[in-house]
Amino acid sequence: MTREEIFKQLESIFKDVLDLETVTLCDSTTAADIEEWDSLNHVQLVYEVEQAMGIRFTSAEILSWKNVGQMVDSIIKHRQ
Amino acid sequence: MQHAMLDMKQLKRLLKQDTTALPCVKAALLGDSATQLLATALRGTGVQRGLNVELFEAEYNQVEQLLLNPASELYSSGAEYIVLFQSTHKLAELHAKRDSKAQERMADERAAFIADVCTSPQMSRRKVICLNYPEIDDTVFGSYANKVPASLTWQVRSLNCKLMELAREIPNLYVCDLAAIQNKVGRDHMFSPNIYTSTDMLLSMEVVPTVAARIMDIVCALRGDLKKCLILDLDNTLWGGVVGDDGLEGIELGHGLGIGKAYTEFQQWVKKLRQRGIIVCVCSKNDEDKAKEPFEKHPDMVLRMDDIAVFMANWESKVDNIRMIQQILNIGFDSMVFIDDNPFERAMVRENIEGICVPELPEDPACYLEYLYSLNLFETAAYSTEDGDRTRQYRNEAQRVKLAQKFNNEDDFLKSLGMESVVEGFTAFNTPRVAQLSQRSNQFNLRTIRYTETDVASLAADDSVIDLCFTLEDRFDNNGLVVVVVMKPMDPERLFVENWLMSCRVLKRGMENFTLNTMVERAKQAGYRYIVGEYLPTAKNGMVANHYKQLGFKPIEGQPAQYLLDVDTYQARPCLIKEKK
Repeated sequence: MTREEIFKQLESIFKDVLDLETVTLCDSTTAADIEEWDSLNHVQLVYEVEQAMGIRFTSAEILSWKNVGQMVDSIIKHRQ
Repeated sequence: MQHAMLDMKQLKRLLKQDTTALPCVKAALLGDSATQLLATALRGTGVQRGLNVELFEAEYNQVEQLLLNPASELYSSGAEYIVLFQSTHKLAELHAKRDSKAQERMADERAAFIADVCTSPQMSRRKVICLNYPEIDDTVFGSYANKVPASLTWQVRSLNCKLMELAREIPNLYVCDLAAIQNKVGRDHMFSPNIYTSTDMLLSMEVVPTVAARIMDIVCALRGDLKKCLILDLDNTLWGGVVGDDGLEGIELGHGLGIGKAYTEFQQWVKKLRQRGIIVCVCSKNDEDKAKEPFEKHPDMVLRMDDIAVFMANWESKVDNIRMIQQILNIGFDSMVFIDDNPFERAMVRENIEGICVPELPEDPACYLEYLYSLNLFETAAYSTEDGDRTRQYRNEAQRVKLAQKFNNEDDFLKSLGMESVVEGFTAFNTPRVAQLSQRSNQFNLRTIRYTETDVASLAADDSVIDLCFTLEDRFDNNGLVVVVVMKPMDPERLFVENWLMSCRVLKRGMENFTLNTMVERAKQAGYRYIVGEYLPTAKNGMVANHYKQLGFKPIEGQPAQYLLDVDTYQARPCLIKEKK
């Protein structure tokens, strides 16, 4: 899966979880950029991404992400 | 739909609907971990069940302060149901800080805290739904923990047992069996260590909806929304094969033939439900005599004809047959569960009978039971040993219907029954049944006031209240306690009927007249001149909309729901029931 493909899949997960028509994500996107992305939805996003990608993030990773790009870095690392 | 398990996304979507028109349930959620997600799931599950759950969410880890302070926001929120979720995790943390002598006291201390909370004055008229404690096997002692009272395993198991004992003693305490959920799904599905460490959430995303469902099952049961009847298909549901084709000897049942064991165990479960008080009926496309043959003759049948209240085997549509069963039993479709292996029949019934619960079944009959267990369809809020007789009572009702057909005149028929009623106030003996009837009766129920056993006991203790209950027996059957009436003084002249409800089993016997005659007599004895009745409509009690008018009460001007009866000019109403002293 390329980085671009991961972004595409994340966008569809975000759309689904946040119940939005469209979501566009880039490396620098943060929760502040999307109104529906609150702490409650965040837990659910983490879970859905884990399910979809077949991975488990470490708890340190979950706490460390500053933006979507860093989440994607973690996904790539786990999928290697 | 009401029983389909939804995931978090679906539950959250339900919350986007306008829920203000739904009946409101006031509840509170108190926990010692992050519970926001569970709160969201509780609200969503409420909407799924047709309820607007107004939830007071406690600040993080404020359990003791909120519960022990009678002036806390918890109590001023008006919450009727208080969900208490103290976790095994936090218990384990406490356990780690103690020496072994102090560890041995943990279960006792926690149980004493819960008992104090439930019996405190600020908790009366509220219900505590306490989640019990799923085990964490820390393997500090390995299996040897079973010999060591100070071990975490020992303390957690012991605490769960103590909670059961408390729940039996304290009427307003209900245990929600979180440990049972963990037994079903397994600890690794129940708990995500990475999510817990990063967010302090103790329940995994996949299990939160199940936990919310089990909590709401209790709330719904306490509100009288519960299942009373199980309707079963026969071929490939109760036994393997088709009795009409394969013959009595050819069906799969018991430990001999094919997968018969699966059907036998399914029947054992149904039998236990029947013994608990669930009415079991049959609805099958079959010739009646062929369908009955296994019940009468097959050595491996667990269910016998005695277990079945209404037996419908014919070639009419199942929808028509279920409607017929509903007429005989006189209970709502929403209190019925229909189990059939055939997806076509399931869809037909589901689409044509609103409210009935039709679980999807797994393809493999071996999986029926574990799947049905997961749905927890038969939650209840009360149980009395009398419940097991319910099927017999409905069978006798069917006989009574046959006898009635022989008489041309209804009075002659009623006379032939030799009906007698015992009238008494609320006592320690009848309290459980009075509470249960108030929770289960939906149709013949003028104001739909639900009582817990504590409520009943306090009514009994209040001398100003006239509390009455009535049994009805006839030559076929003793129906047990079937009518409850509560009258309270409004002023020195007027008595208000706070509650009047009756089991629909005894409709059309003149029981209303007998009840009113008794009410008037008691009102006069106590020196009152008027009885004021009120009808509060619900979705289900339309049958008593004109109840007071039909009994000769006069509408009260300016009070459209209320009716007045002058006891001095009252003429005793005709009635063929004798009071049994």
